[in-house]
Amino acid sequence: MSDSSSKSLAPTDWPLFEVFIRSKQGLDHKHVGSLHASDAEHAIALARDVYTRRQEGVSIWVVPSKAITASNPALKNENFDPMASKIYRHPTFYDIPEEIGHM
Amino acid sequence: MYTQAIDTDPTSRNSPTSHASVAEDVFLARIAQDEKIEPQDWMPEAYRKTLVRQISQHAHSEVVGMLPEGGWITRAPSLRRKEILLAKVQDEGGHGLYLYSAAETLGVSREQLIDALHSGKAKYSSIFNYETKTWADIGTIGWLVDGAAIMNQVPLCRCSYGPYARAMIRICKEESFHQRQGFDIVRALCEGTPEQKAMAQESLNRWWWPTLMMFGPHDSDSTHTGQASAYGIKRISNDDLRQKFVDVTVAQAEFLGLSIPDPALRWNAERGHYDFGKIDWDEFWRVVNGQGPCNEARMHDRISAFEEGRWVRDAASAHAAKRAARAVARAGALEAA
Ligand SMILES: [Fe+2]
Ligand SMILES: [Fe+2]
Repeated sequence: MSDSSSKSLAPTDWPLFEVFIRSKQGLDHKHVGSLHASDAEHAIALARDVYTRRQEGVSIWVVPSKAITASNPALKNENFDPMASKIYRHPTFYDIPEEIGHM
Repeated sequence: MYTQAIDTDPTSRNSPTSHASVAEDVFLARIAQDEKIEPQDWMPEAYRKTLVRQISQHAHSEVVGMLPEGGWITRAPSLRRKEILLAKVQDEGGHGLYLYSAAETLGVSREQLIDALHSGKAKYSSIFNYETKTWADIGTIGWLVDGAAIMNQVPLCRCSYGPYARAMIRICKEESFHQRQGFDIVRALCEGTPEQKAMAQESLNRWWWPTLMMFGPHDSDSTHTGQASAYGIKRISNDDLRQKFVDVTVAQAEFLGLSIPDPALRWNAERGHYDFGKIDWDEFWRVVNGQGPCNEARMHDRISAFEEGRWVRDAASAHAAKRAARAVARAGALEAA
């Protein structure tokens, strides 16, 4: 897509946007899905119509799907399995005597 | 690890309501209703400045906080303890990153923040300027210092600035492991030989008072507390947090069979709290202002770590540039074909 040309995109060429919704003030935006739109502002309008029909959100982010770089699914084991053995990172790994209450 | 209430910026001591404008009234009303402020929202300059100072002090503390413990990674008494300590120190580095990023949403750059630390302009928690002389200190730090940090940080999960509150939620989840592994170290020492138990006691003797200082000056001497609470940044006062910490820690020390080095410490049934002795605020200010046992060593180590790591950052930039150039060349070749 060239941004410099003033030629309009055919609707079939509308880029894909990923949609993130903040469900309640103070919370993180969470990914909810994606949609095609003519530009980012349009994507916000469409996201509002599609993803917040039941007041699911108080704020919307859209990000061009092309801008997202994902980890390689084939490397899932190499990436994440090593953490499985590091159980000592969890507070429940340690015995805390009942006498001293919550820690 | 932690943010400390230290008054270092006299310019922001004005009450936030002293220069009222309509925008500011709306802003304060939002805070009063427990609304979250997000980066794109309008905010008074004093709010922004207070947050930048507090969040960056907090970030610096996480990063400098790696140093006193980092020196013990190679000297941990077992492989398991070494793994645990490594994981904890790694967490603290992560906490620094969450917090620097939260501060950057307020329009300051990472470079500015790091410059302020390295030039000595920015403060970090006084506790990290004490020496870690024995293995017991690693236990005591987890148990007391991370314990005090949790006490201070839990209310910050509800603070008015969204990115800070969310970073704190993530951090608090991780801190619980830090405190427990520390308690576990101290407990192992207390259940060990008399020499090991003595080592734990000696460590507690050195760390108790500096830990109480972590909560910052008394409310009566802390000009920031009023403003920070009006802005919904500080929810519980320094003295209240300190009292809460003393109250829960006494039972823990009793369980361990350790004695807290304060002859004035006793239960006050009337108040429903422990009374405790006077804190040496001269020591606190000495350490905050650079004359603690390790201030120089910490800054030296931090700056050299930063400088010695420069080539790694430069190499990553060079690698990215090379890949980008190759991608352009490939696209050009495709077009020509
Ligand atoms: Fe920690
Ligand atoms: Fe931390």
